[in-house]
Amino acid sequence: MFHSRLRAAALLAGMLGAMVLAQAPARAAPAPNPEADRLAFQAYFRKNYPAVKNSDWGNGPYALNAGMRKQWEAIMQFPPYEFALAAGEKEFNRKFANGRSYADCFPNKGIGIRQNYPYFDTKTGEVVTLGIAINRCRVANGEKPLGYKKGLLAAIETYMAHTSRGKPFDIKVPNDPRALAAYEAGKKFFYSRRGQLNFSCASCHVQKAGHRLRGDILAPALGIMAAFPIYRSKWGEMGTIQWRFVGCNKQVRSVPFKPQSKIYRDLEYFLSYMSNGVPITGPGARP
Amino acid sequence: MSSTIRVRAVASGGTTVVQALINHPMDSGFVKNSKGKLIPPHYIEVLTFEHAGKKVFTAFWGPAVSKDPYIKFTFKGGAKGDDLKISWVDNLGKHDSLTAKLVG
Repeated sequence: MFHSRLRAAALLAGMLGAMVLAQAPARAAPAPNPEADRLAFQAYFRKNYPAVKNSDWGNGPYALNAGMRKQWEAIMQFPPYEFALAAGEKEFNRKFANGRSYADCFPNKGIGIRQNYPYFDTKTGEVVTLGIAINRCRVANGEKPLGYKKGLLAAIETYMAHTSRGKPFDIKVPNDPRALAAYEAGKKFFYSRRGQLNFSCASCHVQKAGHRLRGDILAPALGIMAAFPIYRSKWGEMGTIQWRFVGCNKQVRSVPFKPQSKIYRDLEYFLSYMSNGVPITGPGARP
Repeated sequence: MSSTIRVRAVASGGTTVVQALINHPMDSGFVKNSKGKLIPPHYIEVLTFEHAGKKVFTAFWGPAVSKDPYIKFTFKGGAKGDDLKISWVDNLGKHDSLTAKLVG
């Protein structure tokens, strides 16, 4: 009798195993559906923070915390990014040695286009961020490429974002398997736990958006891209989202990737797509 | 556009609230650059605000003041349209000034 019970248990386990196996292929390959993801993503935030207007999501933590908002409004009487904005405008309008300028590299002369970046380049099969586009423009015109975290590149982005304020994010994922793969890679990165602290991006910026992390208020992932580049008081200067990615990864004690590495570009692509419809508020100011 | 000074002065009810932001590195002389060399001291020493030709505020700054410093103060008097002259001199003898109008 004891043996027959064992045999029955083994049989049952075998059946369960077979069932799991039968279901596995369907789970392994869900067809990527960026638009469905975006609607679910935005519905989550709108359901949990019903008081926040669409135009306010680009103001990050200030949309969720009245005290921080007051401090920010005081700071914004003298926006700390003003000097970078002036420097960026000057550089943007400067003529290269060959007589061309940044305006010649971008659609609409580079004015009011920040909401379309990053985009997927179907010719080269990769995600092109605004930073990459600026440096390609420089190299094509015989100038040296700039660093991707701060300085002049951040200043140029500051100016380009400023001319695009109020325009809603309009990121497109073309129906190209490479574009969908880039989107999926960014999404996977966003939801994957990493580092010694075992946090994913979503742990803080989705699950705990608006909550405190020590003295700070965590920014919601929805609209987080709209404010970049930002003057971050901790940095004491303007910086790009790529710099912030490096910082975030270090804070969860994982080894960061290089700014504008493929995975960070895919992540920026995914995050920007999730914010489609949220107006650009950049350049921003953050603690 | 290229001024290093940003100012906003609001006159109301016999007093004027002045806020200003100055673009300056304010290097203390104690910080090293990425190559390990000391960055030479470079900071604002005197900052003055003049209302209608009369000094209303003088600040003696030094290496302990932050980069791109911000200042806010109030003085008695001032009316909409008055001139407010802001000027600074740093330890290298560089200087800048700006004249702004008070707003109501």
